[in-house]
Amino acid sequence: MGGSTAIRLRDVTKRFAGSPIDAVHELSLDLPEGSLTALVGPSGCGKTTTLRMINRLEEPTSGTIELFGTDIRQTPRHELRRGIGYVIQQAGLFPHRTIAANIATVPKLLGWDKARIRARVDELVELVGLDASLLQRYPAALSGGQQQRVGVARALAADPPVLLMDEPYSAVDPIVRLRLQDDLIALQRRVRKTIVFVTHDIDEAIKLADRVALLDVGGVLAQFGAPDELLRAPASPFVERFLGKERALRRLALKRVADAPLGALPASSDGLPTVRQSAPLREALDALVAQGVATVIVTDDHDAALGALDVVGVAAALHERGAG
Amino acid sequence: MIATDKDSFIWWDWVGRHTAQIQSATYEHLRLTLLAVAIGFAVSLVLSAVCLRFRWTFTPIAGFAGLLYTIPSLALFAFLLPITGFNTLTAEIGLVSYTLAIFVRNIVAGVESVSPAVIDAADGMGLTRLRRLATVDVPLAAPAIVAALRIATVTTVGLVTVTGLIGQGGYGSFIESGLSRNFSTEIVVGGGLSIVMAVALDAVLVGVERIATPWTRARPRRGT
Amino acid sequence: MFRAFVDYVTVASHWSGTSGIAHRTEEHLRLSGAVVLAAAVIALPPAFWLGRARRGGFLAQSVVNVGRAVPSLAILALLFPISLRFGFGLGFWPTFAALVILAIPPMFTNAYTGIRSVDPSVVDASQGMGMRPFEVLTRVEIPSGLTLIMTGVRIATLQVIATATLGAYVGFNGLGSFINEGFRQRDDAKLLTGAVAVALCALVVDLVFGVVARRVTPWRAPEINLRKESES
Repeated sequence: MGGSTAIRLRDVTKRFAGSPIDAVHELSLDLPEGSLTALVGPSGCGKTTTLRMINRLEEPTSGTIELFGTDIRQTPRHELRRGIGYVIQQAGLFPHRTIAANIATVPKLLGWDKARIRARVDELVELVGLDASLLQRYPAALSGGQQQRVGVARALAADPPVLLMDEPYSAVDPIVRLRLQDDLIALQRRVRKTIVFVTHDIDEAIKLADRVALLDVGGVLAQFGAPDELLRAPASPFVERFLGKERALRRLALKRVADAPLGALPASSDGLPTVRQSAPLREALDALVAQGVATVIVTDDHDAALGALDVVGVAAALHERGAG
Repeated sequence: MIATDKDSFIWWDWVGRHTAQIQSATYEHLRLTLLAVAIGFAVSLVLSAVCLRFRWTFTPIAGFAGLLYTIPSLALFAFLLPITGFNTLTAEIGLVSYTLAIFVRNIVAGVESVSPAVIDAADGMGLTRLRRLATVDVPLAAPAIVAALRIATVTTVGLVTVTGLIGQGGYGSFIESGLSRNFSTEIVVGGGLSIVMAVALDAVLVGVERIATPWTRARPRRGT
Repeated sequence: MFRAFVDYVTVASHWSGTSGIAHRTEEHLRLSGAVVLAAAVIALPPAFWLGRARRGGFLAQSVVNVGRAVPSLAILALLFPISLRFGFGLGFWPTFAALVILAIPPMFTNAYTGIRSVDPSVVDASQGMGMRPFEVLTRVEIPSGLTLIMTGVRIATLQVIATATLGAYVGFNGLGSFINEGFRQRDDAKLLTGAVAVALCALVVDLVFGVVARRVTPWRAPEINLRKESES
């Protein structure tokens, strides 16, 4: 990341007719190209409204939104939307079309030829981890998790640079949700889209996002930054409350063992637990506590010992900026 | 003389002179309707119970009822006439036949739609199958059952006008005689009154539904 | 009696001519087809429009209630003097007009419900993918609601075929004429000929609709599934 700004919101306010308060209040955000931004907050914080303003399913009351430097109002709605992937909670698959036809929706709207559509569908099925045998089925025959994968494939069909995801995983069970999250991370590594992801689940946001925009009721931006930044330095009591307790443990989950300063290897490392340097730091702490020992041995990815790590070292990682 | 009049669709003095006939036609129409709905409902309850107890019977029973329902009314009466003659029996066989499709589908679907969680809870509390049917399934299916009663009743009121064509009295006899004499007053009276009766009976059943299913109007109270 | 019927329908002269079985069947079906077409043109566009807007639920309910409460014979009979008054004569026109009025409520209500009951998230998704309103209607909403739309057309068509039979009483020369004449002339053979022909028409049309409906909506599961009996 660190590229140019893909999506820019400037003083965006939305007030629905008949409502006494703003749904979104003077929101300004710069979302870099290739980043995954999570919009998080309690219900009524305007996170979904914000998302829907980006593809003009809602129109701002005031303020501007730019997509790659162009005001989105300068593009006709349907054309704008064909260039933005959109994934929603219930997947919203067309019940009367096969999975293949669902995925092919936007390419068809764009007038691609059959061979190209077919090739793209096959590619996407592989990309999102679906079984190709499902292509000729109807959505009713699929599980919730499979439907969500189809929803993502459909959204990516025309290879849009931007992907909007509105609580895509909140309707599937926790185990499936974790897998879908892991798959999204892997997918994002391959396709590098600019993704805006709405969720009410702070853990999901911390796990997936490069940046988290935490909104309070009334659509007021409470804090915008990297997950670690929010956990380390909550900007307000609201942010602190929303992040909950155990913020330090959550930060450890975000950091790698390699981020912590290593001590010299002890004379005898017999019986001491080992962790790889690529593992989350939280795993090192877990090993320390579980075994009741003072140090763990840190290894590289080929299990060669690199050094030792103790609780002080673990804690130090939280108090240093950047990699250690 | 009356039939050649072109200025008025309805002659109120004809209506005034025929109140006795109108009254007896109303009685006849109501009697044929209620009899058919009552018999149809009773037969359908039995058929529905069979469908619910033995699942495989639903397709043939509903299929046969649907087949009867598809046959146009005048044709059905025409089938029966050579066998049973111009009498109330012919009318009632036809009318009852039409109610079956409406009742069986709605009753079965109504009982089916009772939430499995409620059924589970009832079984878990140790209700016997019969007791559960009487105290849980049927009351919860009541809205669907009353809806079926409304449809069946209103439909039957309309079909009873057709039995007028086979000489069974009711409002249909006015229509029949009005058509054959080209006298619009009789047509308007017969057609209009059957509409009034349909609407009135429907209103009565809506009232019954409201009284019988108070829980369907419950709304969650606002918290403090 | 059934012998008389068989004798009647096996006489070639009973099939030909303007009062023959062939001609009357043709008239019957021709009228029914014209009525269904006209009613669809009148009923479906507003149903689609209101269903899209998710408005007019009360109107739809009222239309179906009124449609049910008005006996078809009464409509037919009432249009008879009106048609005479305005110079349309008897036979085809009063029957046509009455049947169009009768066919509209089921078509309208089912189409309305069909469009309205399309999952809002599906509509949201299609808008989000950049479909224009007309594309959402023709590519998503109508196909998704097709089962109910078809059901409405089917109910209307059956009702039209049934009521066209009653048209014999206002001078329409369809299959009902056999039944009407059978009553008057106490001719059981004629009566049964009419009854069998009408019933066959209705059943065949119903069957065709069933087959077509299954063809065009392959994604549908059967309508009613009986709950599994749990033996505990």
